[in-house]
Amino acid sequence: MSARIYLPRDAGALALGADAVAAALAREARARGIGLDIVRTGARGLYWLEPMLEVATPSGRIAYGPIAPEEVGSLFAADFLAGGAHPKQLGRPEEIPFLKRQTRLTFARCGIVDPASAADYAAHGGWLGLARALALGPAATVEEVVASGLRGRGGAGFPTGIKWRTAAGAKAARKYIVCNADEGDSGTFADRMIMEGDPFVLIEGMLIAGYAVGASKGYLYTRSEYPHAIAAMNAAILAARSGGFLGENIQDSGFSFDLEVRVGAGAYVCGEETALLDSLEGKRGVVRAKPPLPALQGLFGQPTVINNVISLASVPIILAEGAKAYQDLGYGRSRGTMPIQLAGNIRNPGLFEAAFGVTLGELVEEIGGGTASGRPVRAVQVGGPLGAYFPRALFDTPFDYEAFAARDGLIGHGGVVVFDDSVDMAAQARFAMEFCAIESCGKCTPCRLGSTRGVEVMDRIRAGRDVEKNLALITDLCETMKFGSLCALGGFTPYPVMSALTHFRDDFTRAAAQAAA
Amino acid sequence: MDIAMTDEHSRHAPPPPDWDAARAGALIAAESGREGGLLPALHAVQAAFGCVPEAAEPLLASAFNLSRAEVKGVIGFYHDFRRAPAGRHVLKLCRAEACQSMNGAALAADLLARLGLDWGGTTADGALTIEAVYCLGLCAMPPAALFDGAPVGRLEAGRLAALVAEARQTGPSA
Repeated sequence: MSARIYLPRDAGALALGADAVAAALAREARARGIGLDIVRTGARGLYWLEPMLEVATPSGRIAYGPIAPEEVGSLFAADFLAGGAHPKQLGRPEEIPFLKRQTRLTFARCGIVDPASAADYAAHGGWLGLARALALGPAATVEEVVASGLRGRGGAGFPTGIKWRTAAGAKAARKYIVCNADEGDSGTFADRMIMEGDPFVLIEGMLIAGYAVGASKGYLYTRSEYPHAIAAMNAAILAARSGGFLGENIQDSGFSFDLEVRVGAGAYVCGEETALLDSLEGKRGVVRAKPPLPALQGLFGQPTVINNVISLASVPIILAEGAKAYQDLGYGRSRGTMPIQLAGNIRNPGLFEAAFGVTLGELVEEIGGGTASGRPVRAVQVGGPLGAYFPRALFDTPFDYEAFAARDGLIGHGGVVVFDDSVDMAAQARFAMEFCAIESCGKCTPCRLGSTRGVEVMDRIRAGRDVEKNLALITDLCETMKFGSLCALGGFTPYPVMSALTHFRDDFTRAAAQAAA
Repeated sequence: MDIAMTDEHSRHAPPPPDWDAARAGALIAAESGREGGLLPALHAVQAAFGCVPEAAEPLLASAFNLSRAEVKGVIGFYHDFRRAPAGRHVLKLCRAEACQSMNGAALAADLLARLGLDWGGTTADGALTIEAVYCLGLCAMPPAALFDGAPVGRLEAGRLAALVAEARQTGPSA
């Protein structure tokens, strides 16, 4: 007999031992004379259950997890290939509450399909968005994306369709599509999951963007810290090219487009779009002043659409299902779904794609299950290292660009990092300044020098020296950085610092209080 | 005049023992025709020799029609590019917030203290280099690391000690 098992090759699953489980499965099957077809997928994003395997049974997939290599023998003994009962049996994966509560549009295929197979992508609804775009024509494709209300998922939240319209209207011999896959924010892994789990959807999104604005060349700029994503994207690009989805005259449409992966070199600031463009040009990743907008003068001075992975990966389903279906979901001016990433000290970490509007408290307490350590939640950093720390008192904040901004925070790329009550918030504020100092590109003085001065001021505060005077100084420094920096690195580092000070002031004054006592 | 070729004496770090200018030149030439090919060329050199030695700078400058100062500026900007090879094994430990939330900072500080190293340092036997990294996208299984490119999650002291022991007992991994 021959059976089929799905097991992730996602870097997160690998970090928890998925390869050892795969080896144990193959070994045990051989010993029992069973033919086993192990398909290495992306991850579903239920990371506390990884390594999680799924067995194809006549009544659908049955999941088991988390599986240790030593447990594989007992799985065979329990006849897991027929979906047999076992203490680690999870039932149908789509019925697991964490997954059932989600609205998976961008991540519809992630963890299900074979990311190395263009045929599997097509069999699961792939390329339908491109087909509709080719039928609509470039201008109507741009308007479809505008009408969907899709906003940049990298963090800035700028309407994607407006960027496209600007680039489409620019007159130039060459235009570029650049995918910003430089996912450097701590607490985020959605881009990595898409690249490793459903790379063709990203290729399709870039193709649609290229067709819509009249670009023939695309670059995907990702991180050297993501070796598995790089390998998955390169394999998918080769498969797409041999399947006639990249190159000359794609699917006999007359449209030609090709795509290349470029790898950064450990500079966080290259996630800022203009620094990324300089890095792609082979230069130091230094931030550019805007204007000119990249849509008019971007890569090598040519009109360039630069969009985040999730923005581009959301385009195929918007085209396939129509703008209205996407626009119908959401909250306020935040339309569609957002892949939220639950990370850090949290019991159920993972990828939670849902329509905007779910509250921070629901995400952390209900869906995330509270802390992994079992201690009370004290602070939650939303939106990466440049995002604000939220106390429990603000857990009613809905996940929405404007609602977070109204509370001096940001949703950024959707990362949610949970800390328990052992966290020292003054230490977190110091780290925010230290990180800015390490990663500053050096162009603006408030960022380049202010971050180092910020570390020094935080050190004095944490030592209990002239605390009131130094708190006034760090507040003033944050104002200067916020309004005097060109990009979000210097401009947003004040968010974690000032939110920590505003909501957790005791941590800043404790050293002085103890010295006085 | 090619200024880059005249400052032989300013080179402090010698190139790695397996440095081969002809091979480096061929790797660089293979990338020099691409748009913005300097970063791919730097990655190719580092992949082949474990670092981008100063001896590579004139080759890069000439291939990309840049001054040697510009090449040096690009190399110096990016954290990844090394001027001398790392140890036989490399452990990249994440220092970012999600890993901090699960005791990553104390774990890293203990390890560095036990090995007598700072971030970026290599053990005296040349077996292991410990590098800081800011996010590996493994924020759902913190603290996380890459050990010779393989992801490791939910690190604790025992697992870290085992990785260090493995590095010191074995030769270079493939």
